Amino acid sequence: MIRYALGRLTSLVISLIVASIVIFAVIEVIPGDPAAFMLGINARPDTIAALRAEMGLDQPLITRYLDWITGMLRGDFGQSWTYKTPVAELIADRIWVSLPLAIFALTLSTLVAFPAGIYAASRRGGAGDVTIMGATQLGVAIPNFWFAMILVLIFAINLRWFSAGGFPGWDNPLQAIKSLTLPAIALALPQAAILARVMRSSLLDMLGEDFIRTARAKGLSARQALWRHAVRNALIPVLTIIGLQFSFLLAGGIIIEQVFFLPGLGRLIFQSISARDLIVVESVVMLLVFTVIMVNFIVDLAYAAVDPRLRTKS
Amino acid sequence: MNRNLIIGTALTVLFIALAALSFLWTPADIETLDIPNRLQTPNATNWLGTDHFGRDILSMIMMGARTSIAVALLAVGIGMALGIPLGLLAAARHGSFLDELIMRGNDLVFAFPSLVIAILITAVFGASAVNAIIAIGIFNIPVFARLTRGAALPLWERDFILTARVCGKSATRISIEHILPNITNLMIVQGTIQFSLGILAEAALSYIGLGAQPPTASWGRMLADAQTLVSIAPHVALVPGFAILLMVLGLNLMGDGLRDWLDPRIRIART
Repeated sequence: MIRYALGRLTSLVISLIVASIVIFAVIEVIPGDPAAFMLGINARPDTIAALRAEMGLDQPLITRYLDWITGMLRGDFGQSWTYKTPVAELIADRIWVSLPLAIFALTLSTLVAFPAGIYAASRRGGAGDVTIMGATQLGVAIPNFWFAMILVLIFAINLRWFSAGGFPGWDNPLQAIKSLTLPAIALALPQAAILARVMRSSLLDMLGEDFIRTARAKGLSARQALWRHAVRNALIPVLTIIGLQFSFLLAGGIIIEQVFFLPGLGRLIFQSISARDLIVVESVVMLLVFTVIMVNFIVDLAYAAVDPRLRTKS
Repeated sequence: MNRNLIIGTALTVLFIALAALSFLWTPADIETLDIPNRLQTPNATNWLGTDHFGRDILSMIMMGARTSIAVALLAVGIGMALGIPLGLLAAARHGSFLDELIMRGNDLVFAFPSLVIAILITAVFGASAVNAIIAIGIFNIPVFARLTRGAALPLWERDFILTARVCGKSATRISIEHILPNITNLMIVQGTIQFSLGILAEAALSYIGLGAQPPTASWGRMLADAQTLVSIAPHVALVPGFAILLMVLGLNLMGDGLRDWLDPRIRIART
């Protein structure tokens, strides 16, 4: 286990280093002069030179890269050019929208997908199974931002149960949760469809295993065998998918935040892109990539802890 | 033939036909604005109604189909053109440093949140259909590389490959003449699925303004335009959404259907 963990840790570190180099290169090297890019085409040369000095662009590339990385490790994400505040503060404000939204959506998707997948597998080929599988086909095919617009049309405009967008802040937790409900549903739908399919097929694999036959032979009913033995074992691959989905939800929230005008990380990225505030874009993207890579790493370790076969395989 | 394949192919062919037809004819010209005639609900002249500029929505859907299909198809093309050779190479040199390098590179691309990187690419290099194709295409490469390697490895253990090696064929020739034909079915099925994901990704990118730029029609931007109109003219938002939904559904069903149909074991089990 320790050897496996060390191996994963090495590739985690390599992934993070390569990711940071790629992001640094895309943002700071490829577009030419970031200072000129940020100031636009009408900027005076001396203004550009001043910004270059302020951003440290007159330093060699390696120094700038190392400064950026060591700064981030210390929690210093740089200074936003447009907001004139530390990027870390901007992120700290916005993460309290994006993170709860992702967790909310993940909870919803799990709560829907588990029963749906288990029910479909236990009624394989029956009407319930066919209906659920048909619904998941639709769920996978619906663009979630469009689904979000439909939800707004029905529940905000026609029924007036929810507001069509915006976020009141966490001072009033009930209102805050209410304003995250429609976005979370929109975000959760495709994930729930995928998760239900994985749950179903994983459970069907388990139901064909010898240990289920043994359990039935011992006198357990089909239902007891399902719940006591099959579901528990089927959960292992499902948990991996849930881990992957969390990072997807955090990043996928970017578009849903646009639909509902939520002041989260996604909107921060967009506002920074249109304001050409590259320092914010760079740090937020790196933070998202870091989170995704970290979550995948934790899922891998958790998976190996539960399933000893994996440790030896790799 | 199975039901999934028939429904899926019918939907896919319908949209491809609409896109092809748009080169020759559309019910109306989408570049002329007709403001007095704006936000019409579906009627005899405008079968799917008109948008906020009075443009015919059916014509825009046809032109948008062209954009969606072109972007998604080219993105799948990039993924296949680079991913399949990489996968074949990794399988032919199984266990070598090169194999390790290709697979670790794949893992790395997989670890990136694709949407964030697509946004980054289009933000830095400018929003355009070409950059959307590249941004979506990059994430197709590891999908095909991994699938190709996974399918090719067991083939390398088979006797007919051994025979080919005894005959003195090089690894490259074996990969092209013997491995590739045996994994074509798998690639077609995966290509269909990536195609549908490409349609969704293109729609998402153009919805946030990072895909094809005006005056090129795109389903995603039609939805973005419709967002503020959803309460007064819901059909403007409903129609493009259904177009995306049906196209993606069609491709997914076709992919599932093809998988069953092309795999003789499943086909025989069903009959």
